[in-house]
Order: sequence, then C-alpha cells, then structure tokens
Amino acid sequence: MRVNVRIPTPLQSLTQGQAEVASHGATVTELLENLNQQYPGIKERLCDERGKLRRFVNVFVNEEDIRFLQMDQTPLKDGDDVSIIPAIAGGQ
Amino acid sequence: MSYMIGLKCRECGRLYPKEALFVCEYCFGSLEVDYDYDAIRRSFTKMSLAARPKNLWRYRELLPIEGEPTVGFFSGCTPFIKADRLAAALDVKTLYIKDDSVCHPTLSFKDRVVSIALSRARELHFDTVACASTGNLANAVSALAAWAGFDRYIFTPADLELGKVVASLIYKPTLVAVEGNYDEVNRLCTEIAAKYHWAFVNINIRPYYAEGSKTYGFEIAEQLDWQLPQHIVVPAAGGSLITKIWKAFKELQLLGFVREIPTRLYAAQATGCAPIVTAIKERTDIIKPVKPKTIAKSLAIGNPADGYYAVKAIEASGGWAEVATDEEIVAGMKLLAETEGIFTETAGGVTVAAAKKLIEEGRIPRDESVVISITGNGLKTQEPLLQQLGTPLKIQPTLASFEHTFRQHKEAKLA
Repeated sequence: MRVNVRIPTPLQSLTQGQAEVASHGATVTELLENLNQQYPGIKERLCDERGKLRRFVNVFVNEEDIRFLQMDQTPLKDGDDVSIIPAIAGGQ
Repeated sequence: MSYMIGLKCRECGRLYPKEALFVCEYCFGSLEVDYDYDAIRRSFTKMSLAARPKNLWRYRELLPIEGEPTVGFFSGCTPFIKADRLAAALDVKTLYIKDDSVCHPTLSFKDRVVSIALSRARELHFDTVACASTGNLANAVSALAAWAGFDRYIFTPADLELGKVVASLIYKPTLVAVEGNYDEVNRLCTEIAAKYHWAFVNINIRPYYAEGSKTYGFEIAEQLDWQLPQHIVVPAAGGSLITKIWKAFKELQLLGFVREIPTRLYAAQATGCAPIVTAIKERTDIIKPVKPKTIAKSLAIGNPADGYYAVKAIEASGGWAEVATDEEIVAGMKLLAETEGIFTETAGGVTVAAAKKLIEEGRIPRDESVVISITGNGLKTQEPLLQQLGTPLKIQPTLASFEHTFRQHKEAKLA
C-alpha cells in the first residue's frame, strides 16, 4: 500500500525539503512509526513523550480531521491522503 | 524605536527572529511577540498617553512593529457606553458596552488586528496580503489593504451573508469562496501560505496580528480611568480576543497602570458551535472540535486555534462560559437595539444572550460591574432578522390614510 503524506514546512528539514512523501501503515499510529523509519526524528516532533500526538498538531485523512474519525487509530488504505498541519492558525 | 525583542514559543520558550513565522519548529506551539518591558516602562506612562491621538496606535509601545505605524490611523478608540436601559432589562446594577460595531473603517474589531498586521507586513517587505475569514476579517483586510496599496487575496466559506460579501468585493480584492466551512478554509489557507510568499494575516503574520486585539482591552481600562471591570463577556470564535484581553490587563498590571485585576472573563458562543464553552463546563483543557451549525457565522469556528489559551485565561480569571441558541441570538440582537440603540451582528446577539444567562444563573452578581463586548455590526448580518421584525405600516400620502392606519395599529397593539 501507499499513503501520500503532506509534510508541514517546519518538518521539511527532516524530509530533505520534500513537501509530500510516500509512506504506509494500517493506522495513523503505524504511519507515524513508518515515517520515523524513513525520516528519523520526525515522530518526536509530532508526538509527546508518551507517544501521543501533540496538542498543536492536527492530522487529516482525506481532508477529514482524525478527531472526527478514530483519532490516531484511524484506519488507512491504499491511496489515502494524509495532511499534517499546525493547529495554530486562523481566527475569523 | 522598537520594543519588540523577537518571537518566543508559548509552549517550550524557544526563541525565533521577528519574521513571518507562527509556529515552533520543535513542538508546534504558537509563537508570541516578546517585548522589552523595562524599556516600555520608561516611555509608556499615563502622562505620555494623555497627549496622544485617539486611535489604537496610542498603545504603540505594546504593539509589534519596529518603525512607525503605516495603517490604521482611524481605527480603535471606539465608544464605551454606560448601558443603563439594558442594565435595567437584565436587572444588573452597572453595565457597559464596548462598541466595536462602529470601528473604522469596516465596523468590526478586525480593523484593529488588521491595522497591526498590515503595518508589520509592510515592514517585512510583503506586497501581497491574504486571510482566511468568516467575513469581518475579509472586510477589514480588503479595505485596509486597498488604503495601504497591497494586493489582496481573501478566502471565505461560500455560504457567507450577502452583507459581508458585498463589504469585501467593493474594495476589489480577489475573493475566493471555498465550498466548505471555516475550518476547511483555514486548513486550505495554511497549506497555501506554506507555498506562496504572501502575508496571510492570521497565519504567518499571526503573532503580530493577534496582538492588535490587546487594544480592545487597553481601551476598556483607559475608558474606565484605569479601573478594570469585575466581569467581561466576550464572544469567542478562535478564542484569540478573550486571550488577548487578558494579556492586555496583565501587561497593564506589569507596567503599574492597574494594581490588581479583579476581572472575570466569560466566553460566549452559539449552541451550534461551542467547543470552548464545552471545555469550560466540562472543566478540561482539551478542546473537542465540532462541525458548526449556527446563524452566528462569524463565530462558526469548530476548531479554535486559541481555544486552549482561551480556556486557560478564563480559568485563571475565575470566569465561566455560556451558549446561546439561534432564537436567543436574535432576541439578544433585538434587546440591544431596543434598549441601547446599537445594531450588532449575530455574534453580538450571542454575547448579549450569554450575558443574560450568566446574570440569571447568578454567575455574574447583579450588583457588580459588567462589560459586554460588541465586536461587529448588524447591517452585515441581516438575513436572520428578515422574518423577525414585522413590516412597515404602508399608507397613502394622505392624513386620513395615516390616521386610519395609525388607529388600527394602536388597537392591534393593545389587543
């Protein structure tokens, strides 16, 4: 399987400047593990010491916020688009 | 003279240069402007303030620009009104309205934040400005960018009120109506901002932009002769305004303008979009996003960027939060208009309705001082009122026709 992951600007230094990378995983949690194999260090930037997504990181699967799905256990399938986006933006 | 040291992560404290940055590379926390308060203390005094022009730049030392301001010379310094008729209707002793429904030039408090954002965008050498907006910000960016000579790109949900669409288009921005809700527009714009070299006022310019909301708090303090109110009810969308009012009061305390902060903050949201109120009532700092469904479109942010900080500020102040249904919102708009002669938008209806509930519930004691924050103008959100206000009395241009109709009207009123 192949999942397309959009990488936010602050993390592109870890992906050799790529704004979009291919990875895989049956759930969001697995995807983050696999991303970390490909781009070491990326998980500790996205997750806290307990391995949970940080408060100010939002993840979207096919444009839907995973907090409306099954959080980090949201299942992924071949061809899914995942966006990682800083939560701090906007305001009316 | 600049009093701005740099940017600092609100979470981990890492320092960043004062550029178009908004998020910490390490922990994704938001960046906030860091000031040299010792230097500010020397020039920002009650005495120096008295002689300054009546616009929001009178608080210049506490605003994040390096040179002289270039945008917003007529914004801010809006009326602060002792609202005795509304006080009587709500059965509370001392009530004030801080009225940004008449802020120059686009009739909402967004003229404040945009004045700061565009002044800073110019210093950072941008020639194009942009925003993701529910309408008021769109109007403010469109107008002030026209005045300042920036190219302007505005992104909004496609289902905005006609008044807010017209009040953007007249200034000739590129207006992009996105088929989605505000949270989707915002996410899209975060991705666009990463790709295009534009000053998105509420994304990459956000640390500077957000500081503009402090002027609403500074003005309340100054207009009360540096006596802070005991209660202030604030509408909440992204949660930034209430957070920055608190910061404004903290800064005034730090600089010795006020000795203590007796103020409790209250967030007002619509029942159909209340992630901040829910967190307060459930006593948690985890903000659960929602899919908004409310006539208060300017408050329809289901995933509030500053929700966490808003909750922290409300808790620190000992305040609370309340919601208003669509019917209560319309009733709130009508009550404010009928008692105080102020026509506010739906968000103001939310605030009045929430204040009413907080007083009835005993959260706000009836004998203490209350400020209701009115942040937008009702001429922009007329749709929900169309079937709610009755119709004019239609007559022929004769005295007989008038007197006949007038008699009927009076009888109908009595019945």
